[in-house]
Amino acid sequence: MNEKTLDFIEPDTSVKVLKVAGQKSSRKRILDMGLTPGTRVDVVRRAPLGDPVEFKLKGYNLSLRKREAETVLVEIVE
Amino acid sequence: MTEKITVALAGNPNVGKTSIFNAITGSKQHVGNWPGVTVERKMGKRVHNDLEMEIVDLPGTYSLTAYSLDEIIARDFIIEEKPDIVVQVVDATNLERNLYLTTQLMELGVNLIIALNMTDLSLAKGDRIDADKMQEFLEVPVVSTIGSKGNGIEGLLDEITKEFHRPQETDNVFTYDDAIEKISQDLESVLESDPFFIHYPSRWFSLKLLEGDENIIRKAKESDSYHGIEKILNKVDAELLEAKIADQRYKTIQTMLRQVCNINTCSLSGSDMVDRVVTNKYLGIPVFLSLMWAAFEVTFTFATPFMNMIDIFFGRLAEAVTNVISVPWLASLVGEGMIAGVGSVLIFLPNILLLFFMISLMEDSGYMARAAFIMDKLMSRIGLHGKSFIPLVMGFGCNVPAIMATRTIEDTRDRLITILITPFMSCGARLPVYVLLAGAFFGRDAGVVIFSLYALGILIAVVSAKLMRGTVLRGEDTPFIMELPSYRVPTLKGSAIHMWERGRIYLKKAGTIILIGVVGVWLLASMPAPGSNAVFASDAVYGTTQSVIGVIGQFMEPLVAPLGFDWKIAVALLFGVVAKEIVVGSMGVLYGAGENEDNLSQILAAGAMTPLAGLGLMVFTLLYAPCFACIGVIKRETGSWKWTMFQLLYGTSLAWIFAFIVYQAGSRMGLLV
Repeated sequence: MNEKTLDFIEPDTSVKVLKVAGQKSSRKRILDMGLTPGTRVDVVRRAPLGDPVEFKLKGYNLSLRKREAETVLVEIVE
Repeated sequence: MTEKITVALAGNPNVGKTSIFNAITGSKQHVGNWPGVTVERKMGKRVHNDLEMEIVDLPGTYSLTAYSLDEIIARDFIIEEKPDIVVQVVDATNLERNLYLTTQLMELGVNLIIALNMTDLSLAKGDRIDADKMQEFLEVPVVSTIGSKGNGIEGLLDEITKEFHRPQETDNVFTYDDAIEKISQDLESVLESDPFFIHYPSRWFSLKLLEGDENIIRKAKESDSYHGIEKILNKVDAELLEAKIADQRYKTIQTMLRQVCNINTCSLSGSDMVDRVVTNKYLGIPVFLSLMWAAFEVTFTFATPFMNMIDIFFGRLAEAVTNVISVPWLASLVGEGMIAGVGSVLIFLPNILLLFFMISLMEDSGYMARAAFIMDKLMSRIGLHGKSFIPLVMGFGCNVPAIMATRTIEDTRDRLITILITPFMSCGARLPVYVLLAGAFFGRDAGVVIFSLYALGILIAVVSAKLMRGTVLRGEDTPFIMELPSYRVPTLKGSAIHMWERGRIYLKKAGTIILIGVVGVWLLASMPAPGSNAVFASDAVYGTTQSVIGVIGQFMEPLVAPLGFDWKIAVALLFGVVAKEIVVGSMGVLYGAGENEDNLSQILAAGAMTPLAGLGLMVFTLLYAPCFACIGVIKRETGSWKWTMFQLLYGTSLAWIFAFIVYQAGSRMGLLV
């Protein structure tokens, strides 16, 4: 299987969200921001110091710290 | 007869809510804090078609699940205050995410109107949105607007009037799958049978229960029917349901978007191209530092001539008034007390206006979010958010506008910590003290000494932030989940309004505290100490041993003696609480050097003070209670005397401890003697 957590994905890669785990409050927020299962997410870039990471989904740009990205389970799509 | 109604403006951050608010209310707006908390409350009035509308600008929210104070306020306002109309401002270039909030507003059953904003930008992007079709699908009025140009505002006001006169029952177009609907209905019937829940829309409340919203569950536990609710909730897998609800909301939005618009997603937008440079791995930090430097330069260098002008103006005014008034004590009160006091408040105004103009440009253009993105890693090391960086840097210029700049930080705990550590950023007013003392005692090494003081300030700020995170302001780290909005051209009008708003707040609130402080100090310095036969407010009294403050200084001498300071330094430091620049002037007077700093430097170097005590005095000046203007702003921005006093006591204790270490350890080791 190609399952990985979102913090491991290199920039310029597209993934599909499988599940959001993690702490209650941040999980809810991540879901509210549109990272629902099935959503396609493009990893855009990392910040100059390596963290946080910028993503593109649903036509807008979102940034998460690696700590939060770690809670999102994804699979790589072609 | 005019009727009064309340209209709440809701919406995601960065959707142009403020420009719509400004366009509706014009100059008839006022700013205060929400009762009991420090989040800003913007309100304005507008009369349209015989309706007097009170417009309330709610804090920006992504959803009505309350994570942050902002969101709790927005949600509570809508639920408890029940505004007659809620206008949701929606960014037409970012419909999918924006409409998520719409789903929740509709579940609340409010009288909703959608202002489809920034339609010019979405058109330029190549999107075609059919507002009429959208209105049909959502069954709520949809009005196209361009807030920055004021387009569509009249139409929006017309729609508010119409909606008020015939409120419509909106059918919920956002429905869920059968399993969720079934459980939701079970819950709704329990909620509707209990009068405890009468104030809450039952559909919304039941969905929030299913999503596991902690505030809502806590509320439900207070009711008698919680047992029944719990029985239903126990049957479901909360985590799965939570994801399903969010997912299905977005699904409905997607279905609608396919019907009502043609969104152009393939082109590389201008924002992406700018971001390739601005957040580039190698260029990102240099670009950020250059912009910071430019903002700093504009704020503090451009402000200097204006500050000098204000200074000279008030100096002359005080002189003129003193000459005109023949009663010496009155002349001194008006001249040295009140006029000097007003001057010490107004002198920061150019700083504040320019800083907020720069911040507004950075915010409105979308750069601020990138600045936070770039600096977050560094700031998260000390438990803060990327957005804390800018106020801290600004603190090197002047702590007063820097503390006001913390308003860009959404999380209250992050913001409070940033406010409390900003005074350790060595501001411009402390520099004259360093220059005098380092020059007098350290000659060629003066530069190194001054640089070390700045570094010490940063170190203390960093360590303090870490300490507070771990103790008095403990809490889990706020997750960094932030939108990076598209770049936009900021409007001059928007930035000017923002700038003036800040200036006004500063003058009004901080001004009163500063004035009282300044006049208070004048009184203490002018009043002869009981028992002395000196004359009130004569030069022989002002600040000398004969004055009340002189007595206080002598009383305090044992307290500062372990630091190598005498009563004159104690008095100078007391005056320094009014404004740090005054420390040098007071020492000049007290050591009999007059206004001439070279004289003072020579007197000090000749043995009035040891070099170690001089170093300690610089450290003390860096760390102890900030100036009155700053204290006023801390009070205003934290909304709490408790935290203001905490800062004063914490800073002053640190100052004492560090000066003590410098002096005592230094003399034991025989350094600098």
